Amino acid sequence: MPTLTMLDTALDVDAEGFLQKPEQWSEQIAAEIARENRIPTLTERHWKVVRYMRDRYLQTGSAPSIRTLGKESGVDIKELYKLFPKGPAKLAAKIGGIPKPKGCI
Amino acid sequence: MTMTAIAPEPVVAPELEEEQKPITKVSIIISKGTLEGVYPGLIMANGARMEGIEANLFFTFFGMDAVLKRKQDKIKVATVGNPALGVPTLLGALPGMSGFVTRQMMKKMEQLDIPPIGEFVQMIADSGGRLYACKASVDMFGLKKEDFVDAVEDIITVGDFYEMAAGGQIIFT
Repeated sequence: MPTLTMLDTALDVDAEGFLQKPEQWSEQIAAEIARENRIPTLTERHWKVVRYMRDRYLQTGSAPSIRTLGKESGVDIKELYKLFPKGPAKLAAKIGGIPKPKGCI
Repeated sequence: MTMTAIAPEPVVAPELEEEQKPITKVSIIISKGTLEGVYPGLIMANGARMEGIEANLFFTFFGMDAVLKRKQDKIKVATVGNPALGVPTLLGALPGMSGFVTRQMMKKMEQLDIPPIGEFVQMIADSGGRLYACKASVDMFGLKKEDFVDAVEDIITVGDFYEMAAGGQIIFT
């Protein structure tokens, strides 16, 4: 498994840069991943989505679908795409330090 | 016997390298009005938006049922003439059969977090997908813009469609 060094921490990542071990994550790493993905600052709204994604993964073992994200995170679909233009489900998962979401929805 | 030189490694032609570039836009046509005829296009459009790919959805013929206010929640699985379903024709033709099979399938989809068509269409529009109805079909069925859900932006011609599809991939379903 490839490793990526970020902020002096060695992270186990997959080929696309998704953390394979969520416990290696920190909020600073989240901010750094966001910066590298063209989100210079994470606002409270970004954090709301990222935290929801991460919590759901840690509770259930899988990331929520975009549908669930839009309904239950407190941030609706329109806003999700404004906050994460290139795809909220994938990017919020990456920033949240969880593996790439599996599934078509 | 003469020895022929071993040919050097073929150089990938520039046109072939084009295919390795990521897709940035898809224009998807939905032309059928059954449940199994509508969903693939919706999944592809939503999937495109989830990857940050620009998505246009073009509804034509019976595909328009997916975006018509009075038809959207009545779309059914075809239980006759659908050999892949595995239901014998005479059984599939019984009253209530397609309703039953549709309900079973929709229950399963809900478990997998796949939304019903109305919600799905709105989700795609909210994600920035752009939805259109086919003018030729609209004229044929005598429809008006008001018959369509708000998610449908406009009624356009096939020429308009080709224009907006330019530079991207076209997916016909």
